[in-house]
Amino acid sequence: MSDKKEKRPDGREFDETRKIEAKVGVIKRADGSAYFAFGNSKAIAAVYGPRQLYPQHLQNPKKAILRCFYDMFSFSVAERKKPGPSRRSIEISDEIKRALYPVVLLENFPNTVIDVYVEIIEADASTRCAAINAASMALASAGVLMSELVTAVSVGKVGNAIVVDLSQEEEQYKIKKDGKEIKATTDIALAFLPRSKKISLLHLDGSIKLSELREAIELGKKICTKIEAIQRQVLKKLE
Amino acid sequence: MEILNITKDKIRELLEKGRRIDARTLYEFRDIVIEENVSSKAEGSARVRIGDTEVIAGTKLELVEPFADTPDEGILVVNAELHPLASEKFELGPPDVEAIKLARIVDRAIRESNFIDLKKLCIERGKLAWGIFLDIYAINDDGNLIDASAFAAVIALKNTKIPEVENGKVKFGVLSQKKLPLNEPPITITAYKIADSFILDPCSEEQEASTLKITVSITYGKEPAIHGLIKDGEEPIETEKLFEILEILIREGKKIHSKIK
Amino acid sequence: MEKTRREIVIPGEIVGSGSEFLPGEGTRKEGKDIIALRFGLLEKNDKIVRVIPLSGTYIPRTGNTVIGQVIDITFNGWVVDILSPYLGFLPINECAGYVNKNDLSEYYDIHDLLASKVHTIRTRSVELTMKDRTCKKLVGGFLMRVNPTRVPRIIGREGSMVNIIKKETNCNIIVGQNGLIWIKGPSIEEEILARDAIKIIAEKPFVEGLTDYIKEFLEKNKK
Repeated sequence: MSDKKEKRPDGREFDETRKIEAKVGVIKRADGSAYFAFGNSKAIAAVYGPRQLYPQHLQNPKKAILRCFYDMFSFSVAERKKPGPSRRSIEISDEIKRALYPVVLLENFPNTVIDVYVEIIEADASTRCAAINAASMALASAGVLMSELVTAVSVGKVGNAIVVDLSQEEEQYKIKKDGKEIKATTDIALAFLPRSKKISLLHLDGSIKLSELREAIELGKKICTKIEAIQRQVLKKLE
Repeated sequence: MEILNITKDKIRELLEKGRRIDARTLYEFRDIVIEENVSSKAEGSARVRIGDTEVIAGTKLELVEPFADTPDEGILVVNAELHPLASEKFELGPPDVEAIKLARIVDRAIRESNFIDLKKLCIERGKLAWGIFLDIYAINDDGNLIDASAFAAVIALKNTKIPEVENGKVKFGVLSQKKLPLNEPPITITAYKIADSFILDPCSEEQEASTLKITVSITYGKEPAIHGLIKDGEEPIETEKLFEILEILIREGKKIHSKIK
Repeated sequence: MEKTRREIVIPGEIVGSGSEFLPGEGTRKEGKDIIALRFGLLEKNDKIVRVIPLSGTYIPRTGNTVIGQVIDITFNGWVVDILSPYLGFLPINECAGYVNKNDLSEYYDIHDLLASKVHTIRTRSVELTMKDRTCKKLVGGFLMRVNPTRVPRIIGREGSMVNIIKKETNCNIIVGQNGLIWIKGPSIEEEILARDAIKIIAEKPFVEGLTDYIKEFLEKNKK
């Protein structure tokens, strides 16, 4: 991994994502829905609304409210996750909302709510990016007014390599230093708006230099453009 | 009560002319006042005031069993309380999303920068280690609680002393002269966008008028390194603008860094 | 039947540029370009570009027939859930007959099902009226739900599709624009047959020759 010429643990190139699988209309009951997976990181999203919002004091008389709820199935991870929201899921829910917010046109339906629910069926790193991609497609398929789609991917530094779509194995990559194992991964969740070319989510954990960060973000943007093409293709393929 | 839109408009209008309501320049911080050892019962503590914003951070140490996935490391638990005494906007009860985000920013800054050498806090692999419980309380919210909290946390950790141990039990209230094993401290600093300008260290009115913020945690080793970076707020950002802001934050963060003894 | 293949577009897609077209429903002009603001079918005519929804919740329009359930009674009317972003409200003076103002529930009670028309659209509610011959309280029969964007196909050109189903099944059918459909027939078998036919249309709205397919289906399955 430390040598740039090497391949990644699962044989991928540095700029190669895991197998992407995307579908829409996976939850018939919902107004819109989608499934998006990066390899074994699988997200399913449902959108309801715009719909009535109660209690009334939550309503905004100027525009609709966007709410996002991210969580993981208890059996999506190696050690059972206690069902119900955790600090992590509350934080990620907020991040998903931030990622989507700039594109959703809320002014047309004051006092209402658009609810986005995302559940992780299986987790293998980059779940919030899979969740954003699923949520964006679900919103579109619900006919919600949007200025464009949102795409997301994780990028980062594993050892010295700048790579895209980190797997769990890569997220936990460690190197030996002074006889001790230390974490050698920087993980960046990136959401990109392909048309307006802006970043709507950026969340970095790790250690990275400014120049490497620039390289990682440029790589992420390139991959996001490819992801948008997939989202587009799936949405256009109506039965 | 949220500030009135007219106030927000006024703040925007001023910023278009490059001015701020309290006559500061765009990247100028209010005075930072550090007070150490606010509670003698704490293993470490610090009060940080940035203008009228005030935060108290404290640590308690306990002997704990290491987590199963890190059997050779001590434990760090960071919690932030947006206490109702600090603002009419805060409520008692379980932490809300803002408190959770605040705690996680501080937690990651410390963890990802390896500020605490957690390996040195392991006493017996898989059996016994030091657990550091770092709690941050907002005392008065006049904007920029994030930077104040992260800074107070760093100072509190720096003055934390490890308690004496007798027969495998902590002698609470009896501190050794041993400090925590620490590395380069991370500085956490946030830029807020209002209208088309970016400012640092907003007062609460400015913070409410803001539509985008970039928080970064930096260590100043041979070369500055970024350890945590979060874009928050309803607006997206262009890549070039992001890097322009990051350069400013790295430069201005150095000034805060110099306040650490 | 219209044979022109209409293109599916996604939010953010450029659907026109220059001054050739004007931005219609579901689009917006950004600089030179017209951008699609929703997922749907692109339609260009009369110099106007619009995106016809293929999915989504029901958005009320004046004159629409809607089916809804009374969920609350106030001093001056009935609150009706019409499965839209806003609740429906039927004021007393939009009722067709005499109402005892001391006890509105004598006229329409909570849980009653109404076929009504959208009269006025307000910011917080949708005002309904019963003053139309097609409006009535629905008793008996049963209700099914389809995606509101499928309703035009279920009704067909000037009611052609729904009339075939009515004729072949002898059922009384009221199609609400909000996707609720009420069916009442001489027996449960006929009601189920009508429901099955409507389900086919709702699931395959883009099949060519759907009318013939439905006719065949009904004839084949009629007892």
